[in-house]
Order: sequence, then C-alpha cells, then structure tokens
Amino acid sequence: MWDYTEKVKDHFLNPRNVGEIENPDGAGEVGSLACGDALRLTFKLDEKKRIKDVKFKTFGCASAIASSSALTEIVKGKTLEEAAKVTNQDIANYLGGLPLEKMHCSVMGREALEAAIANYRGQKVTKEDFEVICNCFGVTDREIAHAIRENDLKTVEQVTYYTKAGGGCGQCHPKIEAIIEKVRKEMGKEVPPYKPERKKLTNIQKIKLIEDTLGREIIPALKADGGDLDLIDIEGNKVYVALRGSCSFCPSAEITLKQYVETKLREFVSDDIVVEEVRP
Amino acid sequence: MVAPEVLEVMVPYFSEYYGNPSSMHFFGGQVQKKVDEAREKVADFLGAEPSEIVFTSCGTESDNAAILGTLDSYPEKRHVISTRVEHPAVGNVCTYLGRKGYRITELSVDREGWLDLDELKESLTDQTTLVTIMYANNETGVIFPIEEIGEIVKSKGISFHTDAVQAAGKIPLNMKRSRLDMLSISGHKLHAPKGIGVLYIRKGTKFSPFLIGGHQEKGRRGGTENVPYIIGLGKACELAKRHLDEENTKVRALRDYLETKILEKIPNTLVNGDRLHRLPNTVSVSFEYVEGESILLLLSDLGICASSGSACTSGSLEPSHVLRAMGVPFTAAHGSIRFSLSIYNAKEEMDYIIEHLPPIIQRLRDISPFWKDYLKAQGKV
Repeated sequence: MWDYTEKVKDHFLNPRNVGEIENPDGAGEVGSLACGDALRLTFKLDEKKRIKDVKFKTFGCASAIASSSALTEIVKGKTLEEAAKVTNQDIANYLGGLPLEKMHCSVMGREALEAAIANYRGQKVTKEDFEVICNCFGVTDREIAHAIRENDLKTVEQVTYYTKAGGGCGQCHPKIEAIIEKVRKEMGKEVPPYKPERKKLTNIQKIKLIEDTLGREIIPALKADGGDLDLIDIEGNKVYVALRGSCSFCPSAEITLKQYVETKLREFVSDDIVVEEVRP
Repeated sequence: MVAPEVLEVMVPYFSEYYGNPSSMHFFGGQVQKKVDEAREKVADFLGAEPSEIVFTSCGTESDNAAILGTLDSYPEKRHVISTRVEHPAVGNVCTYLGRKGYRITELSVDREGWLDLDELKESLTDQTTLVTIMYANNETGVIFPIEEIGEIVKSKGISFHTDAVQAAGKIPLNMKRSRLDMLSISGHKLHAPKGIGVLYIRKGTKFSPFLIGGHQEKGRRGGTENVPYIIGLGKACELAKRHLDEENTKVRALRDYLETKILEKIPNTLVNGDRLHRLPNTVSVSFEYVEGESILLLLSDLGICASSGSACTSGSLEPSHVLRAMGVPFTAAHGSIRFSLSIYNAKEEMDYIIEHLPPIIQRLRDISPFWKDYLKAQGKV
C-alpha cells in the first residue's frame, strides 16, 4: 500500500488537462505499454511563445497520472526556456513528495516535456544516439546521467528508483556504477566506493565465490538463451564446467566459455582463472 | 476473513488455557490434548494420519522446510525441478539454491498456464532430488494435474512436494490416494488467521528439520507451539471440509456470473488462464490499455478489494512472473486484475462490482493514450 500525499490522490482522482491537442506546437511521448507507463504530452503556444495550452494522456499508475497532471499545471503560462528548467524534483515537490519507488514517474514527466520541446524546435533526439544501458527497461546512459545529476544520486538502488534501470535482471549494475562514478566526478562530488579491495582468497572462499558468481551472474545469462552450465570441479585456478541445454550443441560454445564465462570469473573472483569444458 | 466459529474456539487459549503443551504438569498437558484433537481434524481434512501433520508458522515456512529439508537429506544429488509460475515461497527458494550451486529446472507454461508433461519427463535425471509443483496457481487459479505428475515423478523414486496453499479448501485433497510425499497449506486461505500453516509429510519420507530447536512436532519443527492458532486451524479445516461442496457450487456460480458480466460489459478484456481446469473462486482478467494499480485504487475507494499482476503492484518493476511466463501480451499484462471469492460473498456484491467496474475502466481508458490510438486503428473514431 503506497503512502500517497493528499495532493497525489487529488491529481490522480481529478487529473487536470487530460487530452490531446489537435495540431499542437509541440508533442512528446515517452514510455510504452511494455514498460507499464507512458506519457503523451502536447502543447500550444501563444503569440508571446508562452505555453498557452497543455494536455496529457497517460498509461500508468496513480503516481504516473498525478505526475503528468502536476506537470501540466507547472508549465502552463511558462516560456519554453522556463519550462525546460523544470526538473523531476519540481514535479515531486509540487505533489508534496512521491514514494521513492515512484520517483521514476516524475522523471517520465520531465522526459516527456523535454521531448515535446525538442519536437517543437525540430530537434530529433532519438534513443539511437545514446547507449542503452538497461535492456530490461530500455534506459540510456544519457537518461541515467541526467537523473544522477538532477537528484544527486549515489547508488544503483537510487538510480533504479528514478529511472527503473537495473530493476530487472540486474546485469547492468556494473555499468550503472561506472556511470555514477563518472558523473559524480564531473559534478565534483564524492564517489561511493563500490569495488572492494581484492583480498587474497582462501581455497574455500574462492570455491564459494566461483559458485556464487556462476549462480548469480553467469547461469541466468545462459538460461536467457536456453542454455545452462554445471560446475564439475575446481582445481587450483582451473574451473571445470559442462555446458547444458542449447549451449551443449552450440557452435559458439567455445567463445561463450572463454569470452563470457572465463571473463566474468576473472572479473569477480581472480585474474588467473582458466575455464575448461568437460565433455561426457 | 477468519470464520467466527474459528475465532470463538481460539479465545480461551489466550486467556484460560495458556499452558505450554510440552509441559509435564496437568495445566499444560490438558492443552496438549486439544492440540492433538486439532491435529486430527487437519489430518482428516487432508486424508492423512495425524502423525504426518507438522504445524508451521505459514505456507512459506512449509515450502521452505519441504524443499530445504529434502535437499539436506540427499546431499549428493543437486537438481531440483519446479515451474516458472510458483509462488515466491517456492520460486525464491529455488533462486537461492541456484546461487548455492544447485541446478534448477523451471518448467514453462503455455498461454493457458498449462504445463507440458513431456518437458517434465525429459527433465528428470538420476541427479534429481525433488520435484516441487504448485497444486493451483494463486494468480490465475489454474489447477495442475498433480496426481498425473505424481505418477511420473514417483516412478523414478524422486521426492514430490506441492504448494497447495491456494488449492486447499477449494478442491478435495486426499493423501491416502495421492502420490505426494509432502504438501503445504496455510491458515489464512482457510478462514483461519494469518500466521499458521501445515506441512504434510508422508510417513517414511526422508526429511531434515528446517526450524531446529526443541522436540516439538516429533523433532521435525522446533519452537513452542502456537496453540490458539493451531486450535483455530483445526476448526477451520473441519469447516472447510464441510464447505467444500458450497465452494464448488455457490462460489463457482458467483465467479462465473461475475466473470461473464465483466466480459460482456467491458470490451478488450482477456481471461488469464485455462477456464476449465481452475479453482472455483478465482477471476483473473486483463483490461487492455490501462494499468492495474490505478484500477485497484479506484476500486478500493468504493470498498472493493482486488489484486493485480501489474509492475506497480508486484513489488518489483516488472509485471507478475506468472503472466510473463504465460506470454500474456504487453497490452494486457499491466492491466491484470484478480478477484478472489469465498463462501462469505453474495450476489449483491457481484452486482455492485459489475455496476462500478466498467466506468472505472472507461475513465482510465479516457486518460490512456493507447485506447484512442486503438479506436482510431479500428476506425471507430
């Protein structure tokens, strides 16, 4: 049960400016049915280039609908320059705050506004220009960096709350951590340490870490393609595995083993690991 | 809700008969007798021997105990078979085991939520320790062919467990005629309070205790017995056995009525799951182009309590793993709603829902960009 403020409830139950403007000056759409939220924003300007009329259509939860409604109320009467300065925090603050897990709804509002303004100015900002970091939710590095800067984000968990990135399979977490480090350095802010010092591992620790890494990172990735992997034995730095499922008859299995499994184990456990396949 | 008769039998065990049943004195010993009686009622409900009944704190504990307790007894074998549509009390245990180096096979389901038994047969190996498959799905109500699965699994001598939390009280269960080794149930689905469950363990089944402590439950589950709740559960099982018929007639009729009217009055509505082989009390539908949480909040304001498989309500950012496993299309996955009925519901309540649900869906469709798009594409606008 979400703890929604009275203002969020009000904007959900009585949303302002629902609709689509015919022949708008600017139109922006973000999100999708697959994502579970989507916002379509349209606006019309007056002679002084102020936002005269703005409407929204939203597919999503109470936070999404309330954020969209709040956004339209905030930008009405503003010039485009003023509107472009509206942040997702402004939207959340207008509503008296949103639950942490719903902050991405306010970010969606700001993104739709950005898209609508860009559309008016004839600028084509497409996702193809940037790298998609999170495949589960289609979030780009630009979107993640923007959220980090605007909201002073420090951890992957926070990035997930604001952008959804990292909230699915979790495989993009290292990439998100890298972006956090980069952006916070640019901002001149402190960077939370995330890679612990590589201590010398005992045999038991190494075996456990290998098992853990296989189970947490590697096997789920193989399973996503119908494959699987069994850990057979560990001797020194040699890890013996058997490929299963579609991996067992795949022509690229050798590549999978060396360029994926071995690389991952070297990244998480020890630089000198060698992975070898055991065939029945 | 907790049945009034259940609440009534529980109260004295808080105020008067609060002795510890494991004690040597009469004050505790008299309580032991009542616990035994409750155990007999549960056994009778399940068609089992009282000695095969272990009381736990909830369905989740029963599932954890069944799985981990079995694996602990067969340390040399490291393969578990389950499905993609299990409750997290089984699913997340399997995920945890995967991280510990166990091989986990998750059987997939088709668009109707149905398993492929050939896939099961092909997955069984001599390394398989346990097969755990739910009796009926909590989101869609689809019932799995547990006894047919049992024949396959037991022919290989592999342990067989089912999470029957959702099925108990709605379909008949008889362990004497079953191939199951273990079965989990929970009080809160049987009109007993939340916080009490049972793990049925067939005599002769290898099992290591999950909750290790004193000698309660014949050393199978440590911990001072939750006496009032055990007494309550006993009564609840007695009632559930009596009401089984009503669940399958009156409640089924209410469900069919509600579902038929919803499909009639609201366009672009899909039913999730096989409409034949499912529990008599569950309505699982999806409304295209609108989102679940919004629907639930508007229903809640009207005093109607339902649940959803949408991302916003799932506790994660993705829609229910059950709907995803069934391949429910995106247009509908986030707009799924489940109504669960019981013998305590009445036709007037169904009429109330039928009156208020269509305007809610229309209201949200008017706010959604995709509904108008759909109408335009159909030439309806």
